[in-house]
Amino acid sequence: MADVQVDARGLNCPMPIVKTAQAVKAMVSGQTVEVLATDPGSVKDFAAWSKTTGNNIIEQTADGGVFRFVMQKK
Amino acid sequence: MDEQPVNFVVFSGTDDKLQALAVMTAGAAALGKQVNIFLQYWALDAFSKAKIDADHGLAPEAGTEGRAKVDALAAAGQASWAETLRQAKELGEVDIQACSLSMDILGLEESDLDPLVDGLEGVTAFYLNAGDGQIIFI
Repeated sequence: MADVQVDARGLNCPMPIVKTAQAVKAMVSGQTVEVLATDPGSVKDFAAWSKTTGNNIIEQTADGGVFRFVMQKK
Repeated sequence: MDEQPVNFVVFSGTDDKLQALAVMTAGAAALGKQVNIFLQYWALDAFSKAKIDADHGLAPEAGTEGRAKVDALAAAGQASWAETLRQAKELGEVDIQACSLSMDILGLEESDLDPLVDGLEGVTAFYLNAGDGQIIFI
């Protein structure tokens, strides 16, 4: 179970990333966040965000149009 | 970090173009990039307290079909461009400046502007802050 949950289902680009960045800003290093998103752009967006910010994606799944990411704060 | 800022010169004041600005800005802020926004003409007019929540119309190419699609997205709960910019400002470094010449042309005072606007400046200050970063015109 991740430390923080972000439910971005139904939100359009760039809100899944914005909500996640807001949540991660309030977290401490090493904590994890689980994000649920339905925006089809989110797969590439979260990969790019992780690469740029250094917050690693430690789990990634897709199920019935819902993309799930678990990321750890750098 | 020696990364250059992302700089937008915003001229157009229709809701679709301002939404594009807001999305690009929020994405950059989420990546930790500094964003500088310089508001001119009709974009500046849309940031006045009196007009920020008004309907600013869409670009001519939208037509009635485009209008219906944009309305459907808004009805589904898409955040307005002003709300998206507010969130971007909370998240990262987003500086929004009014063009002083456009203020004169439109007859606006600083107190007429929405609090999203951080101040006013001339084009020289904008170029200085833009550094070697890209300048994008909307």
